Amino acid sequence: MPLSGAFLQELEGIVGAGGLVRTFEGRLVYECDMHTFYKGAPDAVALPRRTEEVVEIVSLCRRERIPIVPRGSGTGLIGGAMAPVGGVMIGTNRMDAVLEIDLPNRCATVQPGLINLSLTRAVASRGYFFAPDPSSQMVSSIGGNVATNAGGPHCLKYGITTNHVLGLELVTGAGEVVRLGGKAADRPGYDLLGAAVGSEGTFGIVTAVTVRLLHAAEAVKTILASFTAIEDASEAVSAIIAAGIVPAALEMLDKLMIRAINEGTGAGYPKDAAAVLLIELDGPAAEVEAQGERAARICWERGALEVRVAADATERALLWKGRKEAAGAVGRLAPTYLLQDAVVPRSKLPAIMRELIAIGTRHRVQIANVFHAGDGNLHPLILYDDRSPDQLERAKAANEELLRACIEMGGTVTGEHGVGLDKAKNLPLQYGEADLNFMYRLRRAFDPDSIMNPGKLLPSHPACGEGFRPARPRVPDGAWI
Amino acid sequence: MAIGPDVGGPDLDEIRKCVHCGICLPQCPTYRVLGEEMDSPRGRIYLMRAAAEGRVGLTETFRRHIDLCLGCRACETACPSGVRFGTLLEATRAQLRRGGPPARRRLLEAFVFSVFPKPARLGAALAAFKLYNRSGLRAVVRASGVLRRFPGLAAMEALLDDVPAAVPLPEVVPARGRVAGHVGLLTGCVQRHLYPHVNRQTAHLLSLAGFEVVIPRGQGCCGALELHAGRPEAHAARARTLAAAFPADLDFIVTNAAGCGAAMKEYGHRIPELTAFATRVRDVTEVLAGADLRLGPLDLAVTYHDACHLVHGQRVRLEPRQLLGRIPGLRLVELGDSELCCGSAGVYNLLEPDMARELLDAKLARIAESGARVVAAANPGCLLQIAWGCRERGLDVAIVHPVELLARAADAYQD
Ligand SMILES: Cc1cc2nc3c(=O)[nH]c(=O)nc-3n(C[C@H](O)[C@H](O)[C@H](O)COP(=O)(O)OP(=O)(O)OC[C@H]3O[C@@H](n4cnc5c(N)ncnc54)[C@H](O)[C@@H]3O)c2cc1C
Ligand code: SF4
Ligand code: SF4
Repeated sequence: MPLSGAFLQELEGIVGAGGLVRTFEGRLVYECDMHTFYKGAPDAVALPRRTEEVVEIVSLCRRERIPIVPRGSGTGLIGGAMAPVGGVMIGTNRMDAVLEIDLPNRCATVQPGLINLSLTRAVASRGYFFAPDPSSQMVSSIGGNVATNAGGPHCLKYGITTNHVLGLELVTGAGEVVRLGGKAADRPGYDLLGAAVGSEGTFGIVTAVTVRLLHAAEAVKTILASFTAIEDASEAVSAIIAAGIVPAALEMLDKLMIRAINEGTGAGYPKDAAAVLLIELDGPAAEVEAQGERAARICWERGALEVRVAADATERALLWKGRKEAAGAVGRLAPTYLLQDAVVPRSKLPAIMRELIAIGTRHRVQIANVFHAGDGNLHPLILYDDRSPDQLERAKAANEELLRACIEMGGTVTGEHGVGLDKAKNLPLQYGEADLNFMYRLRRAFDPDSIMNPGKLLPSHPACGEGFRPARPRVPDGAWI
Repeated sequence: MAIGPDVGGPDLDEIRKCVHCGICLPQCPTYRVLGEEMDSPRGRIYLMRAAAEGRVGLTETFRRHIDLCLGCRACETACPSGVRFGTLLEATRAQLRRGGPPARRRLLEAFVFSVFPKPARLGAALAAFKLYNRSGLRAVVRASGVLRRFPGLAAMEALLDDVPAAVPLPEVVPARGRVAGHVGLLTGCVQRHLYPHVNRQTAHLLSLAGFEVVIPRGQGCCGALELHAGRPEAHAARARTLAAAFPADLDFIVTNAAGCGAAMKEYGHRIPELTAFATRVRDVTEVLAGADLRLGPLDLAVTYHDACHLVHGQRVRLEPRQLLGRIPGLRLVELGDSELCCGSAGVYNLLEPDMARELLDAKLARIAESGARVVAAANPGCLLQIAWGCRERGLDVAIVHPVELLARAADAYQD
């Protein structure tokens, strides 16, 4: 849907010529996020710097019924920051200021385009940090983290993004500026903040975020444990959690992933291991020491090959660097892959890993694994070469089967990456008709004309005003949501 | 408007290693300044891929985004997938060159390439430039817009007064004391004329560290600039001449110019018969870091700027810091964003002055924040660019090659 010259002129009037991408080449590079399978170039990209500009853009688009797609750093894994039906993309990366650091109240207010890690860097010297640490934290934006309710390795102990957002400034699809939540702990009325975190740009554009800052722990211990079988590592994870230890992070990587990472970062993970666990404990020094010993013992009992404690901050940083670059390092294994984000109850981890290996063998596909084991949040990467249609078919079949297996074990379709275009079709596996219809009505309260990020999050866009009727409203008993 | 058909171009398999994760984005200087995807590494690779797949032509807009790339290769250091962006960029530039440079840059490129890679002519050009200033030719140059476009040249001119007259180095500098090895020294086109003392001090330090230093005449230029501008044939010819000038039995070929070193270490990628030569190339700091060098005290606060083609092109990050740290009394202050390009980038500051200016301003701001009065950088382009910026801003900061500090420290020891 090409935009009219008059419309573009008005848009340019708001953000200036330097803040508007109109060329074919420029728009093309905005056509996908990290999930390059889904492509859709916007008809224009606006790069505002201030909330007022965002309000004007949204109002203009609403007047003309032009779809809007918000975009942070475009690291999403779900086909989120892309424009399946065109329209105007609003890139927030020029809105990257730290607006306020309020240490007495342990919080900070930032613009949405600020890179996650930049916030921690800004307060680290004073002993604070921003806890949500998606592995993309060196590039993803805080606005994107809020919109996808991102998780990360350390969310096992500290909670996911929503647990750290105190307040939001949101420009709704109606062009209104609303402030949800705030610095005060308890607020009367509905918890709209909770609803808005994770809404993936379907309510509006987040233009400012007030987040909680935490004080860095007294001691940190990072343990690398390697195993000869992925099942043993899975058993160790279940046992550590069952023993009542709450690690700050508990991550698993399998052999294929270890190979890719070692080639990249040179993180020095043991290359003969079938799986490694990265276990991080933090807190008061004595407690960390005691828990570290217990965790190590559990690993030995489950047949660990090696249990190594990072000697210093440099070694710890290297171990984490490898883990955080994992999703990027798969490029060394295959040009394309399907990435899943399903969650299973932690006790089912050994079972699902066995099933995963069987599925891989059955469909003759390689599956690399790197995931938040402590949360039961899987990230199997099903490798394929997109030049081979046969490989793609097999990868898709394996993907479907794996997703079903997770749900049958009482899991969910997505843990932290969000829904986007990719998983919208899977939502009926999770929710019944009434649930979905209610979500539509909520969405329309924020976005009355359905211009915000169409096609994302909910299965089909209810432009017709009708509710949604899923083909198979089926929720397994005891679904773990 | 498309420029000619798409022939050749970057290797699609290399392009496909990019998984679109975006980890490189915050490290890219042009992305930091513009905040636009098409001026980021991920965006540029996406455009290269689109061109290879016939989704986009080699249009002026396409070229604009490629032209604006500094070739600093910060994205390579950041990339977990190991995408060799420098190689992709060279191939894309060569691909674009076949359509001829755009009108806007033609005059500049022609001038730059008639001067730089030929050391003798560079000397002549600098002398001529001084003459220009005093003659009527100045008006002509002004009118052509060259001067306005060449802040770098103005900087050279300003710095010329400080430069000691270039006395040719001997062809062999013997080792002092126990002989640790035999090395060759690259004199480099810019280094030789603007910073001849750095070459002299490099030879002196190597000699003190026990190396016999061979400095062949007629070694010419390494060809880096041509490679980066998409002229692989001219580059290959220079590489062959240069390699042939050095005796085959040297332990190392030492450079003190990061851009030259990075290009020479990669000779083998394009010219297989130069692989053995390439594996012997070392930055001077790599050689000295492992050598026995006695250093006396210098009471200075120094900050270190990472030249792109040393830290990203050669992955030499620790050695210069270690060496400077070995000087007693010297306080090494970390420079914020030390790995971010200063905007010099070969002849980029001449060709893209606006972006270069933005990056220089950011660099100067970080330098001022560091509080150090001395900045060390291991590449003549950076030295020139930062020195010019400081001078213009009235910043009271000395810009030196680490070799200069080491040479002073070595002298202090002998005293
Ligand atoms: C290497 C790598 C590792 C990753 N690891 C993790 C991980 O550990 N945990 C995890 O949860 N995710 C992870 N991700 C996924 C991704 O980084 C997160 O989803 C992140 O939160 C996205 O941030 P972004 O700024 O890139 O957002 P984008 O990708 O640009 O956008 C994501 C979604 O949010 C919307 N959006 C963006 N900004 C706004 C805004 N200001 N207002 C409203 N809506 C907005 C977009 O429309 C889109 O739907 C990883 C990705 C990569 C590439
Ligand atoms: S970091 Fe590497 S793989 Fe990721 S987007 Fe950049 S070039 Fe591509
Ligand atoms: S070489 Fe430098 S300027 Fe070019 S894309 Fe890479 S990081 Fe950006």
